[in-house]
Amino acid sequence: MQQLLSVAVDGVIYSAWLFIAALGLTLIYGVMKIVNVTHGSFYALGAYAGASFTGVWLARGYPPVLSYAVLFGAAILITLAFAPLIERGILRFMYAKDEVVILLITYALFLILEDVIKLIWGVNPYFIAEPYALLGSFQVAGMAYPTYNLLLVALAVVFGGGLAWFLSGTRIGKLLRAVIHDPEVSRAMGVNVERYYLATFTFGSLLAALAGSYTAPTVSVVPGLGVEIIVLSFAVVVIGGLGSLPGAALGAVLVGLVRSLSVHYLPQVELFVIYFVMAMVLALRPRGLFSLEEPRKI
Amino acid sequence: MRKLLIALAAAVIAPAAMAQNTVKIGIVTFLSGPAAAPFGVPAKNAAEFVVDELNAGRAPAPYGKKGFGGSAIETAILDEAGSTTTQVTEFRNLVQRQNVDLIVGYVSSGNCLAIAPVAEELKKFTNFFDCGTPRIFEDGSYKYVFRTSPTATMDSVGAALYVKDAKAGIKSIAGINQNYAWGQDSWGDFELAMKVLVPAVEVKTSQMPKLFAGQYNAEISALLGAGADVIHSSFWDGDLEALILQGGPRGLMKTSMTVLTTGETAMHKLGAQIPDGTVLGARGPFGPYAPGNPYNKWFSGGFEKRYSSRPNYASYQMAQAILGVKMAWEKAMEKNGGKRPSNEEVGAALEHATFEGPGGTVRMANGEGHQAVMETAYGQTKLVNGKLTLVNVKRYPAEKVNPPEGAKSADWIKSGFKAN
Repeated sequence: MQQLLSVAVDGVIYSAWLFIAALGLTLIYGVMKIVNVTHGSFYALGAYAGASFTGVWLARGYPPVLSYAVLFGAAILITLAFAPLIERGILRFMYAKDEVVILLITYALFLILEDVIKLIWGVNPYFIAEPYALLGSFQVAGMAYPTYNLLLVALAVVFGGGLAWFLSGTRIGKLLRAVIHDPEVSRAMGVNVERYYLATFTFGSLLAALAGSYTAPTVSVVPGLGVEIIVLSFAVVVIGGLGSLPGAALGAVLVGLVRSLSVHYLPQVELFVIYFVMAMVLALRPRGLFSLEEPRKI
Repeated sequence: MRKLLIALAAAVIAPAAMAQNTVKIGIVTFLSGPAAAPFGVPAKNAAEFVVDELNAGRAPAPYGKKGFGGSAIETAILDEAGSTTTQVTEFRNLVQRQNVDLIVGYVSSGNCLAIAPVAEELKKFTNFFDCGTPRIFEDGSYKYVFRTSPTATMDSVGAALYVKDAKAGIKSIAGINQNYAWGQDSWGDFELAMKVLVPAVEVKTSQMPKLFAGQYNAEISALLGAGADVIHSSFWDGDLEALILQGGPRGLMKTSMTVLTTGETAMHKLGAQIPDGTVLGARGPFGPYAPGNPYNKWFSGGFEKRYSSRPNYASYQMAQAILGVKMAWEKAMEKNGGKRPSNEEVGAALEHATFEGPGGTVRMANGEGHQAVMETAYGQTKLVNGKLTLVNVKRYPAEKVNPPEGAKSADWIKSGFKAN
């Protein structure tokens, strides 16, 4: 029983981390129909910015408790520095092209940004462990878990819930859903679709940067950080259905729990269990668990 | 017109003459990717430091002669990142286009296994400085390929001997290693060695997460739940640091004696965040385990002064690799009457040789004289006045942690570490 409880806690923590990272990816795909590989770069940029800004903050002796706000601010700053530039400077010229071409373009940008990161931060690792330890720990099933993990779970709930509310409960959100369903008709009805694309790309990238920034205190921030997360995020959104918010949530929970179960009970299969789940879901529901309805066009 | 012809002839002849006076070494190590920070860049820095020191004639005797036997050393530094196929192509480029005289390099075991037959085919003297797989000389025989660092078998056997000595009455072990050749081989050797040393030992769990997975909460819970007496990990780079950062606050290193076979690289970066009692390895007598010999004082002192950071074990291995080649080059020159030695002559001089480096004595005792053996050491962390120190350090002679010549690592461990 205790082990099952531990499986559940580990699964939820992993799911929360994955969900924050995958949320922006599914949003960008839902609105812009871009399979955005640069999402991994924004995750890494967020981690580096979070580690750098928070490192300076703590080194100057400012209150450590505010380091959580610094992590948030760092993600916003780094996203604003890169995301609008990429969308306005490169992606907007590509929207007419095939989805595969745009995927390749975002992959090229991902490789370029990897080198940009190395140019800015070098190859040495960055650490900011203080925010991870600051909140203390809680006990479940006789094991200590840093309370910081609860912060990640809370962030996942706030981001997911906030985005769901925004899309269904606000005027701008409803207009965005109109753009998701049919950009051409939305444009004809006077919606500035390009502006929505810019805002969506920036906000989606911000979610990736926030995931990176809040992950930074738990890891060593090193080159290549964005590679693993992009693969896992794709698995989550594909399981849930590309572009679906509830799908991303369910996909993250499914991946988190299945991985946790395998680590505890059958570690030999941990390497492929996530992709096995993805394959099974796609075999039964080729468009994912919560694929968006496609309006029939004449 | 005559002056022009003379000038042209001089321009053609001069670089050729200069090339005869320099020794061009191809240095291959990770300059990008995840292995750059812990291994590649510290090794490149070590190569640049040692080459500059040798060219200036500032190294301690018997390495005091300038360059290699009086010829200045020139380097061509290459990034090891990329696929194995890329590395083989780049190796050919180094040999056939850049015309390097010899090559020192390679961190990845996969790259070493792929490069060895190509070096042999191109008849190019190649010294592997860091890669750990014992298979290179256990499964093959080479004339032009050498490795002046010990194999990963030494790390695992040394770790097993250490925990048996340091923790009485071990009943169970567990592991967390990366799911690829290095992690699997390291755990395989450690598990095997433990079963030989403590036949009743129980393996509680063996976690094999994906390389660079980054998030280890579930694995740490599984290890905590298993409650093994000893945990073994050969994690490196960000994975190693993430394990320490995530496992430390959860008491992982307090619950079980945790052995980190490459932990020395994290020591310089994480310092006080490594919990007391954690067992750290340095893949040999390097870094904090290096002897107080003049070579170590020259190397570690000079390195720290130049780069404002302490050299880690990859730096030591690179320095040792270049010094080994210098020794062989000059020994070959001595033998052939002071002429520039061929690759074959340098190879013959390094075979079965013994030389001193910043990590102590290196004996080319295995792999028909092509594979080095050294002593190794392990110790436990202890924070003293805010500074991370190593206590309970134990050293194991080369013969105790390396298989004898001709024996395969796994067979040697299974036999109960019997000498031939």
